[in-house]
Amino acid sequence: MATQDLVRPIGGVGLDDRPVVGGKGASLGELSRAGLTVPAGFIVTARAFERAIRAVDPAGAVSSEIEQLPAADGAVIAQVTARIRERIVAAPLPADIAEAIIASYRALADSQDHGRDSPVAIRSSATSEDSGGASFAGLQDTYLWVAGEQSVLDHVRKCWASLYNAESVSYRRQQRIGEQALAMGVVVQRMVEPRCAGVMFTCSPTTGDRSVIAIEGSWGLGSVLVSGEVTPDSYVVSKVTGEIVRRTVSAKLRLHQLNPAGSGTIPADVPEHLREQACLDDDQVRALARVGKLVERHYGTPQDIEWALTDSSGGGDRIVLLQSRPETVWSGRGSGPVATPKARPADHVFEQLGRVVPIARPER
Amino acid sequence: MDGNGFGFPLPSQIADVPGAEGWRSMYQYFTRFQPEDDGRFWFHNAMHFPEPLPAFDTVTCEIPYGAIGANTARVFSFPTTLGIEHRILNGRVYITAIPVTDPAEIERRLAVFQERAGYYYENWDHLFAAWKAKMTALIGEIDAIKVPELPEIDDAEVVTSATGIAQNHYVRENYHRCLDLYSKMWHYHTEFLMLGYGAYVVFFEFCKKAFPEIGDQAVARMVAGIDVVMYRPDDELRQLARLAVETAVDDEFADGRAPAEVLTALAGRGAAGQRWLAAFEGARDPWFNVSTGDGFYHHHRSWNEDLTVPFAALPRYMRLVREGVPLSRPTEQLRTEREQIVGEYRGLLSSDEERAAFDQMLGLARLVFPYVEDHKFYCEHWFTTRFFAKIRDFGELLVRQGVLADVEDIFHLHHTEVDQALSDVMLAWAAGAPTLGAAHFGPIIAERKRMLEVLKGWPPPPAIGPVPEALNDPAVRMLWGVTAETLAMWAAAEDSDGQVIHGYAASPGVVEGVARVLRSVNEIGLIKDGEILVCAVTAPSWAPIFGKIKAAVSDIGGTMSHAAIVAREYGMPAVVGTGHASKLIKTGQIVRVDGDRGVVTVLQ
Repeated sequence: MATQDLVRPIGGVGLDDRPVVGGKGASLGELSRAGLTVPAGFIVTARAFERAIRAVDPAGAVSSEIEQLPAADGAVIAQVTARIRERIVAAPLPADIAEAIIASYRALADSQDHGRDSPVAIRSSATSEDSGGASFAGLQDTYLWVAGEQSVLDHVRKCWASLYNAESVSYRRQQRIGEQALAMGVVVQRMVEPRCAGVMFTCSPTTGDRSVIAIEGSWGLGSVLVSGEVTPDSYVVSKVTGEIVRRTVSAKLRLHQLNPAGSGTIPADVPEHLREQACLDDDQVRALARVGKLVERHYGTPQDIEWALTDSSGGGDRIVLLQSRPETVWSGRGSGPVATPKARPADHVFEQLGRVVPIARPER
Repeated sequence: MDGNGFGFPLPSQIADVPGAEGWRSMYQYFTRFQPEDDGRFWFHNAMHFPEPLPAFDTVTCEIPYGAIGANTARVFSFPTTLGIEHRILNGRVYITAIPVTDPAEIERRLAVFQERAGYYYENWDHLFAAWKAKMTALIGEIDAIKVPELPEIDDAEVVTSATGIAQNHYVRENYHRCLDLYSKMWHYHTEFLMLGYGAYVVFFEFCKKAFPEIGDQAVARMVAGIDVVMYRPDDELRQLARLAVETAVDDEFADGRAPAEVLTALAGRGAAGQRWLAAFEGARDPWFNVSTGDGFYHHHRSWNEDLTVPFAALPRYMRLVREGVPLSRPTEQLRTEREQIVGEYRGLLSSDEERAAFDQMLGLARLVFPYVEDHKFYCEHWFTTRFFAKIRDFGELLVRQGVLADVEDIFHLHHTEVDQALSDVMLAWAAGAPTLGAAHFGPIIAERKRMLEVLKGWPPPPAIGPVPEALNDPAVRMLWGVTAETLAMWAAAEDSDGQVIHGYAASPGVVEGVARVLRSVNEIGLIKDGEILVCAVTAPSWAPIFGKIKAAVSDIGGTMSHAAIVAREYGMPAVVGTGHASKLIKTGQIVRVDGDRGVVTVLQ
């Protein structure tokens, strides 16, 4: 099998490649094509996954076993999936796949200072993930700060195995998603060390208002925010005027950072002087909003974007995008028109001024 | 406590200010809180009446509320609101709008309203053009009023034209005529006002529903006019500054030099000086008929009467001209930006049907907005400063006739007491006897001046009484900014330690600086470059001062208050409708004004 079938550079794929590289990988490629900054890297394809699984389970016994699992029996699911994961993690990689991954990793490592131990993020990218309808978000694993060739190979296998973690399998059983078409790409990306990071919705997550972009951010890696360990700073920016409509600076007590041992990340306390300090200044908020607007325009629908702010080599900072997927909550919710035209414009006034305007009591 | 969750005090729970227990003697009986008023909701109209009211100045609530209520309740028959009632408490004006809540009555009123308001909306442009002509004529009438001289022997004309009426008759007639014209002005003022606010509220609420996160100022920017009359006085000043630099007479305009001295010096500067003086005279009429305040107090003088205000702004504008900063407002750019904003919001709407409704509402809001933006120049500024100048002329007559010691003392008498004083004058002149008023009014006036000083130190609660189930009046919501959110904010502020003050985000931006708290428009000269203005209410005619300050904070006002409009125009952060800022902040404190969020923070 050609290397091209096993590993693809991020910059070489787009949304159409979702069946090959998974949702996250395709989205990162698409962002890169749209001229936005994403960390350099490559994607281990779904074909590589299929080959590797077949090597472990040539007869497809795993798929049949899972499809027969009772959706409601958590204990049985946990027991069966643990065994499957062990098998996947323990099995050696087919040689051509290992070679293709190592070659790509070396090429990535050579382009930066860390040399052979260049730290990367290894992120699962399921082919059915982020398809707009069923959201697999967060069900498969991501590993940050993985360094060294052997460790990269180990973590690719761990990512594959995470497709068989109890949560993913339970979700597939409940949603009655078959195992046959199941596949996964794995994104291997240069690790960014953000000053701050977070998420951004190109519509209001609370009201669905499409005229604003909502940004949340906190110190360090964005994982601290996704995992809910910190109350982030939050900003609402008007897409139309660029004005920051609302700004809430929170006390940010925890952050995620590189494990000083050299691999993985650990939680830590935010230094005292940074806790109450806004993690973004107004210019950065506006720059992020501009990026959000570009991404939304590129896709044509509201997006849910993960971003990071890193120090750029030329001084100043750089916005890096780690993920963009269609916003699923409000997009699916059709609502009637706020108002419809009337015979005469003044009829709107008559309707409005003919109504009593109640005052809500405060809660005490 | 009112027991309904907001916790505002009741009118009857508020004590007289110690040392000013006699304040009621300044005001008419119908302005007093009644025991049954405890059952209703009132808010301090700090937007129009930030200071304790001198006795004569009660005319600026008595007459406006007589006109606005007549228009909403009786002429246009607004369906859910009658008029506005006012009460005076410790010298401060509290108001309440009377809602209509009975569905049958609303229905009945709505039928009349549709017919009458419909007529005005359909014919708006030509009715507004006619309105401007009516107002200009009215201003001509007040200017033409003569205050009788009362000479020793009356004019020969009384005999040669056989008019048969001596001058003293015209003392009362012409004084009443001033009040009558002032009343007509207020009827004209409110003729279009509520219809204007009504149309704006409709568009505003549509935007809030379609775009729940939209900032108030973004809505205002879609509707706001570009060539607004209220900007003209300041635009004229900028042109005068440019001319002075061009003709090289700008060296005469040193900071702090008295205007009269500057004008005399210019007269000696040959053709260039003459040219500037001619341009200056041209600009003065009508554009310097702008009040240094909001036109609700006798001491809000016009620029024409007090040239120090416009002259204080000239040196800075001249500096900018010399530095090559373009002083003219980029009207084309503002127009393009406005249409871009409209286009983008319009594009975000969900259907063509919704866009068609948006177009109708925006169209109507823009139709009425020139009135909303421009009427103040004609009414509160031009007419009202002429009105008070005329009353001052009657004050001079009372001084000449020995009733008053000082011209300004007339404003410490209620308008019906002025009637008495003038009767005294008319009788004395007829009889050939001395007037008796000095002994009567002298002590009363002295006591009232003393009480007003004491009352100035009283911090009025922003709201009193139980909050009603509904707030229907569009002016109360849009102009005064009294909504459920404001009330909650006021209630919270009553308990707060004053470190964080919430208000309306009226104009975007965030700045920090030294606070300057102004209690009245007369303190305007205290403002230093780069300070943050904190006051009960900001007036648009303070525009030249806006060139000096970094940000503006006011106790009252909504996003459509003129303060908000002008702050946006001048691109400076503003937070309005805080309820308390001028009480909680002290001059010299460092504050942060966040015009994006509507928050003022006292830093130290």
